[in-house]
Amino acid sequence: MPKDQNLDIGSLVEPGRVHKACYADEDVFEQELKNIFHKSWIYIGHESQVPNPGDYWTTWVGKERMIICRAEDGQVHVLYNRCPHRGALICNNLHGNSGNKKSFRCPYHAWQFAMDGSLRNLPMKQGYDGIIDLKDPQLQMKPAERQGNYRGFIFASLSEDGPDLETWLGGGKVAFDDICNRSPEGEAEIVANCFRIIQHSNWKIFLENQLDSVHPSITHHSTGDAAADMQKVYKEKTGEDAPMGYQFLADFTLPYEKWDSLDTIGYPNGHTVLEGYMGLRPTDAVTQAHEKVLTDAYGEDRMNEILDTKVHHVLVYPCLSVQPPLQQLRAVRPLAANKTLTEIWHFRLKGAPEGIYDRSLAYYYHVNAPSTMVNADDLNNFRACQDGLSLDGGGDWVSLHRNAGQDPVKDGVTTSVTGMSEQPMRNMFAAWKEYMAGSA
Amino acid sequence: MPKDNALSTSADTQRAVEQFLYAQAEILDERRWADWLALFTEDGKYWMPADPEQTTGERLPNIFYEDVYLMDMRIRRVEHPYAHSQMAGHRTSHTVSNVTIQNEDAASGDVVCTSRFHMVEYRRDDQRYFGGKYTHTLKKTDDGYRIFLQRVDIANVEGPFDYVMQVWL
Repeated sequence: MPKDQNLDIGSLVEPGRVHKACYADEDVFEQELKNIFHKSWIYIGHESQVPNPGDYWTTWVGKERMIICRAEDGQVHVLYNRCPHRGALICNNLHGNSGNKKSFRCPYHAWQFAMDGSLRNLPMKQGYDGIIDLKDPQLQMKPAERQGNYRGFIFASLSEDGPDLETWLGGGKVAFDDICNRSPEGEAEIVANCFRIIQHSNWKIFLENQLDSVHPSITHHSTGDAAADMQKVYKEKTGEDAPMGYQFLADFTLPYEKWDSLDTIGYPNGHTVLEGYMGLRPTDAVTQAHEKVLTDAYGEDRMNEILDTKVHHVLVYPCLSVQPPLQQLRAVRPLAANKTLTEIWHFRLKGAPEGIYDRSLAYYYHVNAPSTMVNADDLNNFRACQDGLSLDGGGDWVSLHRNAGQDPVKDGVTTSVTGMSEQPMRNMFAAWKEYMAGSA
Repeated sequence: MPKDNALSTSADTQRAVEQFLYAQAEILDERRWADWLALFTEDGKYWMPADPEQTTGERLPNIFYEDVYLMDMRIRRVEHPYAHSQMAGHRTSHTVSNVTIQNEDAASGDVVCTSRFHMVEYRRDDQRYFGGKYTHTLKKTDDGYRIFLQRVDIANVEGPFDYVMQVWL
């Protein structure tokens, strides 16, 4: 419970404001792990991340350490990264391959496990004769309670009960549909590089910022200006238009009115969408080549439908920020109330022209690399928020009042009256409140 | 062990390369950005791979991969009055050592050299440490060496990164 004994969890979220304990209180954080991260579906990785038998990557569900791996029969498994013998982490590297035997081998006492977690062998096993059956479930590496795959994107849930992945995703499925549909083969392939960045702030601050249309022109003013300046310099000096990456950065300083004209959509379970704002359907040769392969695969009407999908950003609550038109994905791994790890990936669209990948890579570089001029300023804001919210004095509440009470609701789906509405934050906190009450 | 050709380069070349690398480190630490850009050839690049095994920066994820235009953009951004995260006492201090000439082209005088660096960075009450290897491809001009490619392999390439890097290491 929050340290202020007068507060209960349900009272932390009001229609237009939330209590600072939601972000800064370690006890609230522990309850979030239990009620949100261990109850919902959490993104683990993409199936193309482990293309060969024996391949594995390690990641997190809440504070739990997990492994995604591929077995000899081609099946992908999600396991707890824990040896059932004495509890050691089995995989101590970020990623790798389990070797010729396709077995995980505990570095402590050489217990060996198949890629589905079942115990294969261990030294001097006669010591267990007549004591415990080596097939006993407590001697196997434990699989995640549930595992799901939506179009190649693998999720795990540490809860035996709850809706299946597709039902839970609901409108959030657009995050993956809008990536895969842009491929003439209907599939994405992950690029095997993960940028990992630590945020000294609560996980919700990051998610809220992703769909905050007020902040870009302010927070990223310097980067937007510098990029717009260099577009002119580039043209003057080379006679050619600057590469598309310059425009990605210049777009951060669009006028307020442009941001305000966008729509946001709030689905059940906290999944939230920001409409597209970038001109990602130009008339250049790369786009035309993309149009052609999609038309060949799906016909012209469907091609237009796919490329006109107006989604810039999708939050799959509580674990993902996805930018489908640019094939970017950021997974949120909460480590403490004031510490969050982001795992940042990008994808190729199978069968799409190489120039489409170049766009994805340019965005990955300019916005998501550890040298990004964009997140540098966001991270600074996140930390300032966390530090301010950790103070005892100066006020107790966070304001989410912008256009509060004006959000149209239809069939459980909330939309916004303006792109700058704080409706996305309110939608996420509505889900938060349900999860924390144990009713989601 | 240094390669044989390292031993065969002249003491003058060794000294000139070392002085160039020291001067480059001073320019970065003193944030003399116009001088920084002038160190590079027109088609020069600053490259920090995301994977130590990378042999090219093209069409692959990189931590830094910047030509003089992108470097110019980064300078304009950090010096912008609204670059709120970059204000107030951002300082670095580089030490460059282990300078080894890997190759010197007899005809052009162009040099490939490796060196090691340590760098501390101070920003907003925090000090961070970076270390790694430089691989410079230097073009010899009438006006001294110019950088055609600066490859920077940092020790902690896989991260996780605590905050990000805003100027070149």
